[in-house]
Amino acid sequence: MSADAHAASHEPHGAGHGHELDHSHASHGTMRGYLLGFFLSVILTAIPFWLVMGDVFRDPRTAAITVLVFAAMQIVVHMIFFLHMNTKSEGGWTMLAAIFTIVIVVITLAGSFWVMFHLNANMMPAHVPMEGMGGPAGMHDMTPGVSPPHGGH
Amino acid sequence: MSANPAAAAAQADPTTFYLQDEHHPENGTLLGFWIYLMSDCLIFAVLFACYGVLGRSYAAGPTGADLFDLSLVAVNTAMLLFSSITYGFAMLAMAKDRKAQTLVWLGVTGLFGLAFLGIELYEFAHLIHEGATPQRSAFLSSFFALVGTHGLHVTFGVIWLVTLMVQVAQRGLVIENRRRLMCLSMFWHFLDVIWIGVFTFVYLMGVLR
Amino acid sequence: MFSNLDLQQLIFGRLSLEAFPYHEPILVATFIAVALGGIAIVGALTYYRLWGYLWKEWFTTVDHKKIGIMYIILAIVMLLRGFADAIMMRAQQAIAFGEVNGYLPPHHYDQVFTAHGVIMIFFMAMPFVTGLMNYVVPLQIGARDVAFPFLNNFSFWMTASGATLVMVSLFVGEFARTGWLAYPPLSGSSYSPGVGVDYYIWALQIAGVGTLLSGVNLIATIVKMRAPGMTLMKMPVFTWTALCTNVLIVAAFPVLTAVLALLSLDRYVGTNFFTNDFGGSPMMYVNLIWIWGHPEVYILILPAFGIFSEVVSTYCGKRLFGYASMVYATVVITILSYLVWLHHFFTMGSGASVNSFFGITTMIISIPTGAKIFNWLFTMYRGRIRFELPMMWTLAFMLTFVIGGMTGVLLAVPPADFVLHNSLFLIAHFHNVIIGGVVFGLMAGVTYWFPKAFGFKLDPFWGKMSFWFWVVGFYFAFMPLYVLGLMGVTRRLNRFDDPSLQIWFVIAAFGAVLIAIGILSFLIQLFVSFKRREQLRDTTGDPWGGRTLEWATSSPPPEYNFAFTPRVHDLDAWWDMKKRGYVRPVGGYKAIHMPKNTGAGIVLAGLSTVLGFALIWYIWWLAALSFAAILVVSIAHTFNYARDFYIPAERVAEIENERTRLLTAGA
Repeated sequence: MSADAHAASHEPHGAGHGHELDHSHASHGTMRGYLLGFFLSVILTAIPFWLVMGDVFRDPRTAAITVLVFAAMQIVVHMIFFLHMNTKSEGGWTMLAAIFTIVIVVITLAGSFWVMFHLNANMMPAHVPMEGMGGPAGMHDMTPGVSPPHGGH
Repeated sequence: MSANPAAAAAQADPTTFYLQDEHHPENGTLLGFWIYLMSDCLIFAVLFACYGVLGRSYAAGPTGADLFDLSLVAVNTAMLLFSSITYGFAMLAMAKDRKAQTLVWLGVTGLFGLAFLGIELYEFAHLIHEGATPQRSAFLSSFFALVGTHGLHVTFGVIWLVTLMVQVAQRGLVIENRRRLMCLSMFWHFLDVIWIGVFTFVYLMGVLR
Repeated sequence: MFSNLDLQQLIFGRLSLEAFPYHEPILVATFIAVALGGIAIVGALTYYRLWGYLWKEWFTTVDHKKIGIMYIILAIVMLLRGFADAIMMRAQQAIAFGEVNGYLPPHHYDQVFTAHGVIMIFFMAMPFVTGLMNYVVPLQIGARDVAFPFLNNFSFWMTASGATLVMVSLFVGEFARTGWLAYPPLSGSSYSPGVGVDYYIWALQIAGVGTLLSGVNLIATIVKMRAPGMTLMKMPVFTWTALCTNVLIVAAFPVLTAVLALLSLDRYVGTNFFTNDFGGSPMMYVNLIWIWGHPEVYILILPAFGIFSEVVSTYCGKRLFGYASMVYATVVITILSYLVWLHHFFTMGSGASVNSFFGITTMIISIPTGAKIFNWLFTMYRGRIRFELPMMWTLAFMLTFVIGGMTGVLLAVPPADFVLHNSLFLIAHFHNVIIGGVVFGLMAGVTYWFPKAFGFKLDPFWGKMSFWFWVVGFYFAFMPLYVLGLMGVTRRLNRFDDPSLQIWFVIAAFGAVLIAIGILSFLIQLFVSFKRREQLRDTTGDPWGGRTLEWATSSPPPEYNFAFTPRVHDLDAWWDMKKRGYVRPVGGYKAIHMPKNTGAGIVLAGLSTVLGFALIWYIWWLAALSFAAILVVSIAHTFNYARDFYIPAERVAEIENERTRLLTAGA
């Protein structure tokens, strides 16, 4: 099929669709927006790498939290400048979907960590984490052939 | 169901209840693709959860601090960031209806994507060579699964990109191709967002002790 | 000799003659029956030259109505398979006491209960629900089709492909013996080295692709394609529940996909996610799979709630009581369903704080659900109730579901759960809500919308037979299990020592026989209705005095659904139109823009079946080949830009004039 035939077959509604694309979720952005986003994300990437590689913080917990905050900031930057998120695109549905997804992701992650951390703490008392690392650090160095879990109440 | 005439007479305008012209609902592709991406996000959420729970189960094997080469990861991150901005340039060229320019930027994006994949494969090969295989410990299993799934997504992104380049070259920037380019744009930038999580949660926090 | 074996492995992987269960009389008999039936069907189709028609009009169709019907046919076929498993278990448990071992050896019995669960949830309830949503939602919102018609066809065939793999496992190799969620380490490669778990994994993964895509599709449809004027709060309740269900599908199924992928990595690559050694954690699997598993039950029940809402307001001739609260309750259930998953494993040992949190959230869910029950009751209050079949199913649901809900609240109390966990009480509870809620809802839905889909009503006599046998059979089959569960009898056993328990199992088996008669009556009902279709014919398109837009068009609707897109002013749009003297337009038709049929969906799904089979049997060359073929076909499909056509205005006029003729003849 030639390009002409195809163009003809889409003539009647092509205009309507083109019109929609301009309004729709992923507006094309602007040069300024992309460059600003790129600039910000380079900075937001470089700082955490420097923090960790240069051993800036003594306390790993502080370092971990700082690094996570930078990641969250960079994710927001990407969402705004590269994915062109805003409250109006697609009648707000993309934003709604994103918020819902973030809620579910947080539930999945936080819930799993909470459940598994408590499980490990209760069922494998011998393996309660000694160092207070950020995050769930339940199953430290669980060696092969460790004894099966026993009720620990 | 014909209504009774008296009631019908009361209603002056018959078109109150229907459109006379053909109705064109908005195209749902971009929203649909966005929803798909949200679901993909949950796949990654599970992999992150696994890494979070199992990521310190070294089974007396190597740890992240032993294995990860942060400068390599930094280079890799740079590749992905560059590919994001070049995809952005491709979209800007598309908006200005410049087909050749669009194709060039897409090509550059693809090369950065391939570079990213190359470096990742090199890293994996290196790890496996050192005995840090996915089978070695739950930590390594979850590491390979998470980073590998991201890499797999990039691979499909590159295949899709090449397909789209052929289609744009064949048919130009027609409405369908524009829509597809915008979907791939979302996909590409989405993978970038996931990578932020990966380098932070896996590599940077993995090296911290 | 050695090289011979090598070559055989290269070509057939681990598939050998041993894989065919020719030494199992039950399976051989089943196989003969299936083969004879299959040959008869294929022969008949060839004799009547129906292959071309099926291919052109059904297999490659992108019409949401035909796809919906195909989903439901698939669901009914799988219902028969799943129920056959059920009645085998009931028979086994009714006889296997003390010295008597029954007729199902453990390795076979374990496959039967696994297959029963998997089939009933994934290949009966899911396709049934998806089929109804597919059929009804676009009609209710006044759309011509779904947002992505090709994807819809592809989704259906992926679901069918998964079902095919489960059916193949009956005769080639074995099915999983792990229970329907395949918990590791039992499902890991060391304890389940055979192909059973691999059949399970790939059937669910392939069907899961279909489920996820149809979820995306229906969300986009509901968001984007509603008729002008239909704001969110003017959407029919069934469409609302469909929206929430599909949101749940999109947000839950990826979790299942990921977990199963990790399990397959454990099995195929030897990683250590869920193993006992090298730091793996089987409990993580349990945790993750229930993050999918709990929303899954709401995926099934929400559309049923939607059906009951439509049925109650139609047959009471009243607007639904508390529409807004119904919508809010649905949305609240959608979100809460993500906060309760741990109640499936209170006994795992996360401790008091975690258990009490999840116990409380679980009890909270019963509040919006209870609100719904009251809404239905108040809709009936002072309504002019017509006791047609769908209404009868709804009443049976309200009684039965309340019992199931209350035993659910019992189970939500962690200390009580420590006693009842994994007992037959649990089995009774979830059958109570799934049969009493989902299945009764689906039966109500089928009876309610059947005349819309086929242009004639279902025969009421056989429908009532089916209804009474189902309902009475349900109580006989599951009330004894509550008793047994309270006495401490655990699930999934194929033989018992204590003969005093036997009487309860015999009663349960009797109940299962009653349900079998109920299912048979349903099939007879379909047959009798088809025979009597001229007497049962509905020419109006609105046989029940309906309220929503699907009743505004003809039965069955034309492929474009509505000649003119309706404009909506009120909730219950069609009722509003009838009340305010809507006059059906009889001229001025325009050409209608429609999507074209395509065979890409069935081809891709066929290749996926082959890929799944090859992976199950370690036939690596075939796996690589079919995977490459999938890539090539899907890329090639994107090069097809001519995906739509116009139905000319003359053709529309022809169809609509015929309807005008029918309407005047009927009036």
